[in-house]
Amino acid sequence: MSQSYNRGLIEDFSRWREFSAGMWAWIFHKFTGWVLVGYLFTHIAVLSTALSGAAAYTNTIQALESLLVVRILEVGLLAVAVFHILNGLRLLFVDLGVGLEAQDQSFYASLILTGVIVIASVPTFLSGVSI
Amino acid sequence: MSTQVPEQVEDESSAESVSPGKQKRDQKKRERAQRIQEQREAEAAEKARSEDDTYHLKVFRYDPEVPEKQEPRFDDFYVPYKQGMTVLDALMWARDHYDSSLTFRHSCRQAICGSDALFVNGSQRLGCKTQLSDLAEPVRIEPLPHADVVKDLVVDMEHFYDQMEAVEPYFQTNSLPDGELDEQRQTRENREKVKMSTRCIWCSACMSSCNIAAGDNEYLGPAAINKAYRFAMDEREGEDMKQRRLEILEQEHGVWRCQTQFSCTEVCPKDIPLTEHIQELKREAIKNNLKFW
Ligand code: HEM
Ligand code: SF4
Ligand code: FES
Repeated sequence: MSQSYNRGLIEDFSRWREFSAGMWAWIFHKFTGWVLVGYLFTHIAVLSTALSGAAAYTNTIQALESLLVVRILEVGLLAVAVFHILNGLRLLFVDLGVGLEAQDQSFYASLILTGVIVIASVPTFLSGVSI
Repeated sequence: MSTQVPEQVEDESSAESVSPGKQKRDQKKRERAQRIQEQREAEAAEKARSEDDTYHLKVFRYDPEVPEKQEPRFDDFYVPYKQGMTVLDALMWARDHYDSSLTFRHSCRQAICGSDALFVNGSQRLGCKTQLSDLAEPVRIEPLPHADVVKDLVVDMEHFYDQMEAVEPYFQTNSLPDGELDEQRQTRENREKVKMSTRCIWCSACMSSCNIAAGDNEYLGPAAINKAYRFAMDEREGEDMKQRRLEILEQEHGVWRCQTQFSCTEVCPKDIPLTEHIQELKREAIKNNLKFW
């Protein structure tokens, strides 16, 4: 073939409105997975303040936990982790070849369950923080 | 009772005053008038329908050999709707009545030849198997994504066919029956197992829908893996052959590229459970390599 018109990859993701459940599940899973990896680094950084003594660690934690943004980010982290775990279980079943015809429903189920768990956690995460 | 009797009498007398022949003729006249009236109404309705019941198509146009068409664009066609009209019918109507240069592949018109997979309203579908009435307007018709466009709705299928060939899509076996004319019979259960996988019509809808295949040109793709499944699961091919097939499938760009997005299964016009087959082959590949000693 001499000439051709290549529509490229950018067009792919501009079609997000047309994505089906399985595709969204994949996107969310990758996204949450990498957010968790990112969190791992912050997590290690915060924990390693303990290397410079117990007081430094306590101060850091207290300073962070007194910030509303941090509390909100924690809720976000929970959402990301819960979705990743629930959808991870869904993917496990998909790998085992169980319930593939209900893969879209199980994706919606993990979304809804994530939502419920996250909402239920909000009072705990946002308690005792001054704005 | 007493009130009903006079009524009956009156009816009979009025009927008697007009001859039965005239009665029949009147009746016929009334029927004919009614029929004509109905016919007129139907015609008017039909006319109204054909006037506003046109479907608005937006069709992708591109032709590298015509200077005016080198820049891809969408052309609008308004096609009068007939009951049962498919996307392919509408395209043919547009080609025959508006623009004979409108180019697309088609042949069987019954979802068997696999030549008219198109990107219709954001999803890969067979033109001949998609009812216009199931689609929202304007109906946007594009060539299959992730394939090079040759002209208008025609894409280059060469790469897809290469991937299909790569899995040796034909029956092979080392265990031939004894007599030369003996049949190679398959058990009912085994036939049932491969049944869905045999239905592929090589339309490439699945390959086009696959995000992984788009990013990795070497990935075999759902259709080729399904084709391999059809033979790897066929017990008549024997163990040696299955081994060989699994070796092809478990290469770097084989089954392991699949990330279970289910796009292929979603679009396959023959309802083949592609993801299920790919997943089963992944498990077969692992079982094949697991050795406990
Ligand atoms: C119970 C907890 C978890 C479960 C059940 C789980 C499950 C899974 C599964 C099944 C996949 C494969 C997805 C696929 O096939 O495409 C995956 C991918 C991934 N997971 Fe998790 N996961 C868990 C925890 C975590 C944690 C804690 C992290 C971060 C440190 C993480 C990071 C990732 C990443 C980055 C990917 C994507 C890898 C890729 O690009 O293919 N996961 N997870
Ligand atoms: S598996 Fe389905 S979508 Fe893919 S080429 Fe075959 S018939 Fe078309
Ligand atoms: S024309 Fe043959 S599959 Fe549509």
